[in-house]
Amino acid sequence: MTSYEAVIGLEVHAQLKTKSKIFCGCSTEFNAKENENTCPVCTGMPGSLPVLNKKAVEFALKMAMATQCTIHEKSIFARKNYFYPDLPKGYQISQYDKPLAVQGKVGKVRIHRIHMEEDAGKNIHGTVSSYVNLNRAGIPLIEIVSEPDMRSSQEAGEYLRELRSMLRYLDICDGNMEEGSFRCDVNISIRPLTQKEYGTRAEIKNINSFRFVEKAIEYEIERQKEVLESGKRVVQETRLWDSEKNQTFSMRSKEEAHDYRYFPDPDLLPLQIPNTWIEDVKKSIPELGAQKKERFMNQYGLTEYDAGLLVQEKELAQYFEEVVQICQQPKLASNWILSELLRETTATQIAASPISSKHLGELIKLIQKGTISGKIAKTIFEKMWNSGQSPKTIVEKEGLVQVSDENVIRQWVEEVLKNNQKFVDEYRAGRTKLLGFFVGEIMKKSQGKANPATIHEILKKKLDSKGE
Amino acid sequence: MVIKKFMHITKELVEHLAKLALLELTEEEVTRYTRELDSLIGYFEKLNELNTTHIEPTYQVVPEAIVFREDSVQESFKREEWLKVVPQQEEGAIKVPKIIDVG
Repeated sequence: MTSYEAVIGLEVHAQLKTKSKIFCGCSTEFNAKENENTCPVCTGMPGSLPVLNKKAVEFALKMAMATQCTIHEKSIFARKNYFYPDLPKGYQISQYDKPLAVQGKVGKVRIHRIHMEEDAGKNIHGTVSSYVNLNRAGIPLIEIVSEPDMRSSQEAGEYLRELRSMLRYLDICDGNMEEGSFRCDVNISIRPLTQKEYGTRAEIKNINSFRFVEKAIEYEIERQKEVLESGKRVVQETRLWDSEKNQTFSMRSKEEAHDYRYFPDPDLLPLQIPNTWIEDVKKSIPELGAQKKERFMNQYGLTEYDAGLLVQEKELAQYFEEVVQICQQPKLASNWILSELLRETTATQIAASPISSKHLGELIKLIQKGTISGKIAKTIFEKMWNSGQSPKTIVEKEGLVQVSDENVIRQWVEEVLKNNQKFVDEYRAGRTKLLGFFVGEIMKKSQGKANPATIHEILKKKLDSKGE
Repeated sequence: MVIKKFMHITKELVEHLAKLALLELTEEEVTRYTRELDSLIGYFEKLNELNTTHIEPTYQVVPEAIVFREDSVQESFKREEWLKVVPQQEEGAIKVPKIIDVG
């Protein structure tokens, strides 16, 4: 049987987080009423003229630099002509043969180009009519086109997550796939491992989650394999992902000719990017996720896995560093954040957590100093989550300080042993596994406050000295 | 010097353009437009006589570079006003004949 490999390229559309649209002053607010954010420019009224939003260019430049692209000193806006009710002008302003930036890199994946364009409106389809909302028409987008460098759904997923992380670290796109501010089209073909030329590709559109992108790719690889194995040919076409049936299906659009008749938009002069602007933007680029991850591993001795989880969102990484600042315990901080805090909240919501980074840092410090036991710390953590109070306040109010006083603990040990004489005899007869049972009972008696090390020490001494 | 062969407007090309523009043309119109466009394009043929091999394409005849606007929100249409000029609307959305694009 022939072995195949997949060849995958991705086109990502990212909505830029500007306040106003790309060519007019309409708001980009997502939750506006239908057609509220429209004006003569974005509804294509005759005689209106587009004026480019400087911030949108700055944002696009940031991404171009973060992906190590070559930026064209001069790029050209072009009209992409097609008729569709979401496009009032009859053309979309985009960039064609002179895009903003070319030839970049994200991890192992080469970037073919990044260009700027305006978004189209949104259609809602009813049974008899369709409904057009032009609020989205004119929202600035960048399209990031990769080279066909990915070979599996996993590689595609990693690339997408990395892109999204970059956009969010740069603070130029919110990366929300459900709301459509981060959209992905997949180009995919397969070829026998021995073959050099690419196979015929299918394009899958409208996939609105990372998981679905991965599933759609896996489905498509199998589908194309079956087509080839049965001696047929893969048809070049656009397909859609059906997330309920877990399959792609052909759009079967009537031989829609992709003849966009691009030409330079006479309403917009060439976009010139002086070197001084590039230098300014370069200075504003923060440490990105991949670099941060590397630094977390080196500076804090974290595992690659933990560091990867901590840098997934800028806010989370920042929270982590604030906690470390206070407690000086990077590994403990990482554990508490990843296994306790992220059980209660998500990485994106971390800034709104009722447990501030300062309080979590203090909690870890209390454990480290032996003021509270690890077990009690979990109880305190819960109370912190519910009340927003500092760990010190909770410890003092509820008397949760760890008890290490040998006299007190000795008394608890003696009581437990006295009440379980039968087990004490069995232990001394050799059933040493019972040690854990005694520790548990003593802990219970202390309401979790006893220092486990002290319990162990006293308990062992008592049990092993048969004289008493 | 490379001179491209004179481009002829054919009936097929007119039909293709009509399809892209979503226009329905009668047989007579196709014939007429083919004839008229063909004679029009002849004027541009004159340009092909020039040697442009080493000349950078002109994207714009205005010499200045692009001007920008700052990213600030300006007042949009008065929603109610402009929805009045829309042929049909429902709850603020523009109502159009059902768009069929998904098989």
